[in-house]
Amino acid sequence: MYKYTDFDRQFVHQRAAQYRDQLERNLSGQLSDDDFRPLRLQNGWYVQRYAPMLRVAVPYGELASRQLRVLARIAREFDQPSAQVYETATTTQAALGTLHLPTGYGHFTTRHNVQFNWIPLDKSADVMELLASVDMHGIQTSGNCIRNITSDALAGVAVDEDIDPRPYCEIMRQWSTLHPEFAFLPRKFKIAVSGAREDRAATAWHDIGLHLLRNADGQIGFKVQVGGGMGRTPVIASTIRSFLPWNEILNFLEAVVRVYNRWGRRDNMYKARIKILVKAEGQRFIDEVEAEYQDILTHDGAPHTIPQSELDRISASFRPPALVQQTQAAIHQIAPDLSDKDANDYQRWLKQNVAPHKDPDLRAVTLSFKRLGQAPGDASADQLDAAADLADRFSAGEVRVTHQQNLLLPWVRADQLPALWQAARQAGLAKANIGLLTDMIACPGGDLCALANARSIPVAAAITERFQDLDELFDLGQIDLHISGCMNSCGHHHSGHIGILGVDKDGREWYQVSLGGSDGSTLSGAAVPGKVIGPSFAASEVTDVIEALLDTYRLQRLAGERFIATVRRLGLDPFRQAANQVRSETGNTGKELHIHLATADALTD
Amino acid sequence: MQNTLKLIASNAYSTGATGLNVINLANDADPRTLALAGVDRIELNFPKFTDGRAFSQAFLLRRRLGFKGEIHATGDVLIDQLLQMQRSGFDAAVLRADQDIKQAQRQLDRFSGFYQGDAQRAPLFAAATGVSASVKNTEGVAA
Repeated sequence: MYKYTDFDRQFVHQRAAQYRDQLERNLSGQLSDDDFRPLRLQNGWYVQRYAPMLRVAVPYGELASRQLRVLARIAREFDQPSAQVYETATTTQAALGTLHLPTGYGHFTTRHNVQFNWIPLDKSADVMELLASVDMHGIQTSGNCIRNITSDALAGVAVDEDIDPRPYCEIMRQWSTLHPEFAFLPRKFKIAVSGAREDRAATAWHDIGLHLLRNADGQIGFKVQVGGGMGRTPVIASTIRSFLPWNEILNFLEAVVRVYNRWGRRDNMYKARIKILVKAEGQRFIDEVEAEYQDILTHDGAPHTIPQSELDRISASFRPPALVQQTQAAIHQIAPDLSDKDANDYQRWLKQNVAPHKDPDLRAVTLSFKRLGQAPGDASADQLDAAADLADRFSAGEVRVTHQQNLLLPWVRADQLPALWQAARQAGLAKANIGLLTDMIACPGGDLCALANARSIPVAAAITERFQDLDELFDLGQIDLHISGCMNSCGHHHSGHIGILGVDKDGREWYQVSLGGSDGSTLSGAAVPGKVIGPSFAASEVTDVIEALLDTYRLQRLAGERFIATVRRLGLDPFRQAANQVRSETGNTGKELHIHLATADALTD
Repeated sequence: MQNTLKLIASNAYSTGATGLNVINLANDADPRTLALAGVDRIELNFPKFTDGRAFSQAFLLRRRLGFKGEIHATGDVLIDQLLQMQRSGFDAAVLRADQDIKQAQRQLDRFSGFYQGDAQRAPLFAAATGVSASVKNTEGVAA
């Protein structure tokens, strides 16, 4: 993974010092809350429903064990609210039905970041310094700027990968970090990069989605897609360049973002993302980007053309770890001495949580953070430490935060799989559900987030509880279940095979269910938003609805047919009918249904 | 980093007749449409400090168009954006009335360098590979 230079290290320390000065001016009354807000946001500090939330950047998902241990320390020592804050939060949420709010933990997001929910703001500068001590920060994890750049959790190890995206991601990270011109854009700006045949980074759903590829002459470049996004108006990105030479990517990004900075709408927050501009202007947008790009090349002298020497310098950080290279060539799958049940569990884990690797002696192993008793993607301080230990023992000290809110060990020797399985199981991280229904994506929702209309965590918990039987989960096969607590779509409900969106109406939580969404993977098909199956459901109905949808699939599927394929073949009707059968609350009065339909329309304009 | 930004307290800024040829450019205007000959100063306005359009305008004026006169930031100008202004090509900033000019200077001294190129400098990687770190066509940046 990328090794910080002295410059990089000094830079994050200087950033932490700058933040401390801003915080102190705010706490002493010299910097108003309004003026401080964008500054703290660009360091990852939100103020949420009950307490601040910190979003720590994990560039393209790569974390070292020493960084994980500092995240564990932050969870343990800092993610602790005052008695008063906690009392207010638990009392208020109890009225909604949330019986317990955990503290002292981190949360993995779909964009590889790690969030903390309870750190008092007056300790925020201490946390930034602690992060800087292990080459970490919260720079541009929020605010209307270029956000953390995301990629494929299997970058550099995937068997279907042609070009490792990580060096390019790092070059783009550096270019976008504290860019003076682009810190106050009309709205947030997200870039994702993939270098494999399979798109595991949902690139078409990003403001800019990049695919590394080779042209007919074997030269490396990018396919550039612009204008994807979720939110109220889900849009799939348009391809505006089928091949851009790799060394011109920063100049081209500069052109796109400059055109967006000029023309992106600032009068309406809901129309401010670049997707709206691309949709409204179409070819005119593309023409203006191309003209600006030409001006950057000819008039400005193409200042950000990346020298080969710079790519080489950065790429040197991403060579496979030396430890791993010493692996002996011949490794046999050692069958551990296990009881029948354990042997069965182990085989399932191998099938579901272990992925092949570029190096035939190695495997990529996902630790599941989707289990009963904890919200999807949540990790306690002890679990973060345990993951760090596993990384040190089995994966050259490296983990990846995945888009699906798990951790992945990228450098596991095949002969160590049995030992890893045992150790991961002891740590409670070996649930063999990766890619299955309960490996769901969910945002923190209304228990924590100030934007949420409804809670996500109880919905996720109820579904997890209902579908605990691994036999059943295996039989249901690969299903993307995505849950968002509001239209901001942090839980990516638009791209779920099954999407659940929380809405509120008359002071109550309701859930809109959609079907057939895709993140753009081979299994799911071209990226597309799911279709809402009808009026919103009451919270009490959601788990039954999910079961009804799955029962319909089980009854109607062809041999070997996946859930998403059955949905595409049959259309929404049989699923809608099945879901309506379980409307125990909303089915009683036609009037109530009508109200919810109107709500759904209003929110999906 | 070398400080080139002149800080002007709000009450010290004269908007009256200066004898200079001054253009006050709206922040949705395209600076490439301006006739720059004989222009001494261009004022770029921040209606809100979170509206970043004037950063692009300043960059285009300084870097693309090679404007040699003064570029002043006016409007909602806060000390925490001064560094960005300097790097985008501004050479003076008229602070919002409530801003403390004594606190301002050290906001410009925080970083020993930056990654990307700007209106003043080439990218760090260009410097690292032996290319001159100074940008040739920005000699017009006023001290």
